[in-house]
Amino acid sequence: MPVVTQDKRIIIPPPRRPDDGRGGGGGGPEDSHSSFPVSKEQIGLWVLLTAIIMLFAGLTSAYIVLRGVPTWQNIELPWLLWPNTFVLLLSSFTLELAKGAIRRNRFATMNRWLGLSALLGVVFIAGQLAAWRQLVHAGVYLPSTLQSGFFYILTGLHGLHITGGIIALGFVMAKAARNRLTAFNHQPLKLCTTYWHFMDGLWVYLFVLLLLS
Amino acid sequence: MDAHKAEHTHHELGFWRKYVFSTDHKVIGLQYLITAMAMAVVGGTLSMLMRYQLGWPSLPSPTMEKIFPIAFQGSIMAPEFYISLVTMHGTIMVFFLFTAVLTGGFGNFLIPLQIGARDMAFPFLNALSYWVFLLSCIVILSALFITSGAPLGGWTAYAPLSAIPGSGPGQDTGMTLWITAIALFSASGLMGGLNYITTILTMRTRGLSMMRLPLTQWSLLVTAILGLLAFPVLLAAGILLTFDRIGGTSFFVPAGIIMNQMPLDHSGGHPLLWQHLFWFFGHPEVYIVILPAMGMASDILSTFCRKPIFSYRMMVYSMIAISILSFVVWGHHMFVSGMNPFLGSVFTLTTLLIAVPSAVKTFNWLGTVWGARIRFTAAGLFAIGFVSMFVSGGLSGLFLGTSAADIQLQDTYFVVAHFHLVMAIAPLFAAFAGLYFWFPKMFGRMMNETLGKIHFWFTFAGAYCVFFPMHILGVGGQMRRIYDPTQYAFLQPQQPLNVFISVSAFVLGSAQIIFLANFFVSIFAGRRVTERNPWHANTLEWTAPCPPGHGNFGEELPEVYRWPFDYGVPGEVEDFIPQTTPIGAVAKH
Amino acid sequence: MADGAGPGRVTLSGAVLAALILILIIASLYLFIAKPYWFPTLASVHGQSIDSLFMAVLVVSGIAFVLVQGALGFFVARYGENGRERAAYWHDNPRAEAFLLIGTAVILTILVFMGQRVWASIYFVDAPADALVVEVTGEQFQWNFHYAGPDGAFGRTDTKLITSTNNIGLDRTDPAAKDDVTIINEMHFPMGRPVKVRLRSKDVIHSFFLPNLRVKQDAVPGLSIEVWFTPNRAGAYEIACAELCGLGHYRMKGALTVDESQQAFDTWLRQKAAEQQQ
Repeated sequence: MPVVTQDKRIIIPPPRRPDDGRGGGGGGPEDSHSSFPVSKEQIGLWVLLTAIIMLFAGLTSAYIVLRGVPTWQNIELPWLLWPNTFVLLLSSFTLELAKGAIRRNRFATMNRWLGLSALLGVVFIAGQLAAWRQLVHAGVYLPSTLQSGFFYILTGLHGLHITGGIIALGFVMAKAARNRLTAFNHQPLKLCTTYWHFMDGLWVYLFVLLLLS
Repeated sequence: MDAHKAEHTHHELGFWRKYVFSTDHKVIGLQYLITAMAMAVVGGTLSMLMRYQLGWPSLPSPTMEKIFPIAFQGSIMAPEFYISLVTMHGTIMVFFLFTAVLTGGFGNFLIPLQIGARDMAFPFLNALSYWVFLLSCIVILSALFITSGAPLGGWTAYAPLSAIPGSGPGQDTGMTLWITAIALFSASGLMGGLNYITTILTMRTRGLSMMRLPLTQWSLLVTAILGLLAFPVLLAAGILLTFDRIGGTSFFVPAGIIMNQMPLDHSGGHPLLWQHLFWFFGHPEVYIVILPAMGMASDILSTFCRKPIFSYRMMVYSMIAISILSFVVWGHHMFVSGMNPFLGSVFTLTTLLIAVPSAVKTFNWLGTVWGARIRFTAAGLFAIGFVSMFVSGGLSGLFLGTSAADIQLQDTYFVVAHFHLVMAIAPLFAAFAGLYFWFPKMFGRMMNETLGKIHFWFTFAGAYCVFFPMHILGVGGQMRRIYDPTQYAFLQPQQPLNVFISVSAFVLGSAQIIFLANFFVSIFAGRRVTERNPWHANTLEWTAPCPPGHGNFGEELPEVYRWPFDYGVPGEVEDFIPQTTPIGAVAKH
Repeated sequence: MADGAGPGRVTLSGAVLAALILILIIASLYLFIAKPYWFPTLASVHGQSIDSLFMAVLVVSGIAFVLVQGALGFFVARYGENGRERAAYWHDNPRAEAFLLIGTAVILTILVFMGQRVWASIYFVDAPADALVVEVTGEQFQWNFHYAGPDGAFGRTDTKLITSTNNIGLDRTDPAAKDDVTIINEMHFPMGRPVKVRLRSKDVIHSFFLPNLRVKQDAVPGLSIEVWFTPNRAGAYEIACAELCGLGHYRMKGALTVDESQQAFDTWLRQKAAEQQQ
């Protein structure tokens, strides 16, 4: 709505940005004049992902340095890692299906794919723990070799981040249950999906790193 | 009518939600400030104890034995107590004081106010960051009280000393507490940084383009990005270290180590890896400390010079250049570490390169003061003092960055002098400038100017008396972290310098009591401010009430029409034009 | 109204601050020129180039220090607020900035090259073949020195052989070890002959610091690091540890003697060998 000020200048406010669903507390997007193209939640997510990248970058550089040590010994990676990878990639796919469903207003479909994705995530974690058991049965523990140490730490940290993602998925599902997601407004699902794909990519990267040694 | 929503009209929050568990960025900022001040008192007291030992090594003192029965058994300070003092002093000051006060304290308080927002992007996360920070403070302080003692690895915690619990008293539980506290602190920092980046990028008010931001905001944005990239690497190193300590791994511990006559069962680790990881974080960390100080000092300097900051554009670009370069200089901490000497050459080049943007900033500060009309308030004095301290500390960096010269100076008091001036005293001056400057905005009252000036004179003179002679101590060869320099014949002739430094340190420390008294008494009994903008400054926070209420700006958010440096514009009635004044709306004469 | 082109008022605060800065400049000039305390007496060949490099950096930074602090002091004295006068409104001068930036970069680049030459002369030149080799093993909290003896061959060491009387685990059954000499905290070099030191550590990182010889190198467990230098001044000096290694870091003190001649050194080494046989 144009505003006429005292000295007769007409100021036309910029078009209202659609509310992005997430409240945001005291400030609130409805107060923000922001014309920044990316929403604050998206920026927040990318900040978080950058931090996670740097964490694993630090560990990777340690891995690369120690790879060159003469006493480095490769371990035999448990075969469960392969099906686990498939499960994780599948869960990314199902999440994309969930996103596609909500965009076409198919709430029931979305809920199904969401639930399946969360379930697949849990299966992945269970699978990773089982892989750990496989290693322990083979007599390979955390301190056994340098690579085994990295293996447990890298998969453990990744698993913790996936668990966080599953909890976030839980929140998205709760929101969906309360009908807070719409075809044009499902940022929590979008953010979760981005995070999830990222964790996928991270896992593939870690797996390749471990394999390539 | 404008469709902007006003602040919440109802729900008066109870005392606890309003002042303790608040999600209001101003309250959180003050919580950070007060907590950091408390940590400063602890860290400062530890350094007084250190200077007591260094000035009068192993002087028997039954009084001290009464106060610290374990540390002063036999009425002489125990060597392990001294090294744990060194470790805790460094750790507390670098993380829990400087990083916390500048980014946590001022960052939280100022960002929404200076960009015209009602609060941070994620207020709950913001509050959480403070409580995690407080928890990390409690954890690190607890290391001072456990019977096995605080850790003795220095704030740099080099492996294998830090990786082997049996390598000394305090290296077991104490070291574990240290790692835990640092991990918690990193988490808190990341939460905060997430908020700062998101808020500054997406919640600037209308008209506030990036190149109209105060330098304080630029510095906080750049610092948050630095923290985001650097702290996780420290976390990675800490994780690996923890598993070396409790998991039997050998990331940092090589084979063949004999500790306390017993061979250790490790193999394959590389101690230098810890140093690379730590300093990859550690060098950006020191810029995380100095950059907000530079930003704040620049804005405050400009305000009290009644003159625009010289070359705002280059100030921004040099901040960005410094941040990028800060990631490729870490090896200058490792010239004599056994690192490949070729890398030593590379790091010398990059280190002297990073001196260039810092020099640019220094010239710009001088250019700001040249031709100014300086208002010598306490805040203004500290901003000017910042420049002097930064120049002194920065120049000594040239010696240390030149790898061949560093051979003689590494791990001596020359390094101690350098980093104290540039990472402790200069940021301290900026923090004091900020506290005197923004006190009226925080509390609606003024601090006592006379006491502030007295505080400045003692601190300026005292800081130079303490840290300048340390350069000479280092040239003479006095090593760092040495419990008793008089053990060495070649150091004995310099001992008078140590006494001089210690006495000056006691004076410097005592002078801070003036500040603390002034600060806390003024909160309750300071002269009330009668206007929103007592300093006649231009930035947005000065359009809000003193102190601002919840939501900061009342019904309407401010709109920005200009940069924040219109001081002394020729032909105008006032010698300042706030950012909210439209073009053409300024009263001329 | 004044446009702020000229000087402001000299205020009390400005004058006091300028005076303090002046005192700072004078005190620092005194400390660095009159040198009431200075580097330990120089006793090595390469140390001269390090000291010269230090002086070069000192001259550059000293000039910068005096100019910048001096300008700051001058400005705060001269440009105090003066009633309703305005400050000068200029705030950009790209040419001056470019000049200063490029000038700084040029000066620093010169320093880099000067420093590089010294660094290369120390690290990228191999030790001469006739260097005296000494193995130095740091541990909490002493220095162990191992000389090869007249046969020039070091006896084998093995960590499994370490005992309280055999700190470095020297295998006395090794024929090469028969004339080896191991000493704690006491070291000799002959004057004028290059010395190559092989640094090791038994436990944590230590740093082998010879202040008079301008030698400093970390001793890292798991690594064997070599540095070489040539002592050129006879005398008694000290050895210190320069990397925090635990509570006894301060007492890792050693005694270094640079003997007048190779013969004096040989005499000392023979004497030490004889003591060991007992």
